[in-house]
Amino acid sequence: MSMIPENLRYTKTHEWVKEEDGLSVVGLTDFAQSELGDIVFVNLPEVGDEVVAGESFADVESVKAVAEVISPVSGVVAEINEELMDKPEMINEAPYDAWFIRISDVTDTENLLDAAEYSDFCEEE
Amino acid sequence: MEKKTPLYDIHVEEGGKIVPFAGYLLPVQYGTGVIAEHMAVRQACGLFDVSHMGEILFTGKTALDSLHHIMTNRFTDMPVGKVRYTVMCNEHGGCVDDLIVYKFGEECYLAVVNASNRDKDYAHILANLLPGTKAEDLSDNVAEIALQGPKAPEILAQLLPPESIPKGYYTAVQSADIDGMNCMISRTGYTGELGYEIFTANENAEKLWRLLRKTGEPYGLIPCGLGARDTLRLEAGMPLYGHEMDEDITPLEADLGFGVKLDKPEFIGRDALLAAGEPKRIRVGLEITGRGIVREHQPLFSGDREIGASTSGTHCPYLGKPVAMALVEREFAAPGTELEADVRGRRVACRVIPYVFYKRSK
Repeated sequence: MSMIPENLRYTKTHEWVKEEDGLSVVGLTDFAQSELGDIVFVNLPEVGDEVVAGESFADVESVKAVAEVISPVSGVVAEINEELMDKPEMINEAPYDAWFIRISDVTDTENLLDAAEYSDFCEEE
Repeated sequence: MEKKTPLYDIHVEEGGKIVPFAGYLLPVQYGTGVIAEHMAVRQACGLFDVSHMGEILFTGKTALDSLHHIMTNRFTDMPVGKVRYTVMCNEHGGCVDDLIVYKFGEECYLAVVNASNRDKDYAHILANLLPGTKAEDLSDNVAEIALQGPKAPEILAQLLPPESIPKGYYTAVQSADIDGMNCMISRTGYTGELGYEIFTANENAEKLWRLLRKTGEPYGLIPCGLGARDTLRLEAGMPLYGHEMDEDITPLEADLGFGVKLDKPEFIGRDALLAAGEPKRIRVGLEITGRGIVREHQPLFSGDREIGASTSGTHCPYLGKPVAMALVEREFAAPGTELEADVRGRRVACRVIPYVFYKRSK
């Protein structure tokens, strides 16, 4: 069973999001990293890029597959986690510490799931 | 409805992540993941279920002539116990499949073919056999387990006397006894590593797997799935049917000329290959110098000109970097040529290099 922290919110495309210092912080869930397997490459947007709720903002590639990372909110990229580009394996090792981007000026938010709802959703996947 | 190999229950028990592949349910990886499995094969040993592979037996007075007619390679100078790689072409010179042929006797040969092509191959073979040759598809009764990696000889030596272990690359011992199980031991593989492929009857498969697992454990052996099988073969520059070759790609374009004997008087596809002359496109290796991973079917450019496409590509765990194979126009095939791949709309720089990315030290 994958880890699903209580204090985060989730999308049906397996991103997690949390509010921190007025910014939305986004990453991939434990379920997502486990499905992808060994992650070897991450392509991130640039600071200042716009992201749109429900649309892809980054690619992650595992040895076997490529996956898009979908933004749970609309806004502007305030910060990117450059460390991920050199150490993409951090996503496998600690998915809830391996944040991708911090988003400011949030205007729109997808329907998000709480931990219990996301846990139910994963069981059906 | 996908079929199960005789080892399906073991894969589930071992924690394999099961996926459909070539009509079978097979593990793409186990709990340790593709990278760990890949590294185990390079540094110790890996165990693969390759029971999905097809086995077709050729017997009869004209068996050799049938092989020479249907296959591109030559089998005349083979001693019993020798194994040879070959391609099987269509009339247009495209590849029906690539396969290996074992010689068991003057009138007895075994072809091991790709699972995804097994039915097509058998139909093609039956349609083109010469009178006096019988071809039988044995695939449903044969299990195949690959033991691959530098520790493979030591592991096998725990189970077999030296005379039952094939010494040379691409040789086989047709009948060996492992703990009461009759096996064919072949020194072949699809990893670029020293190793063996062990063929036995389905009913022995589970016992043989458990025995190899237990014997190999002290040597660092772990079970490996299809994911590592693909990264290992790619790192070693080995072609995969449906990627580096298919019905529309000739073996000469796939740079498999060593297995195509155009000086034979006749074989299916020979006329088309001769008429086409020197291939206008050729298989090359690519090292990815930009940021990203180039996978299959990504267009390749020299400036604005599209000059080919990638056929396979991934991050190679042992090399620690992404590489790819590609079919490119011949004038762009020289090592050192700088190209760009279109990866989902983004240009990624790459450079032509020899496609044997990894060669094991002897």
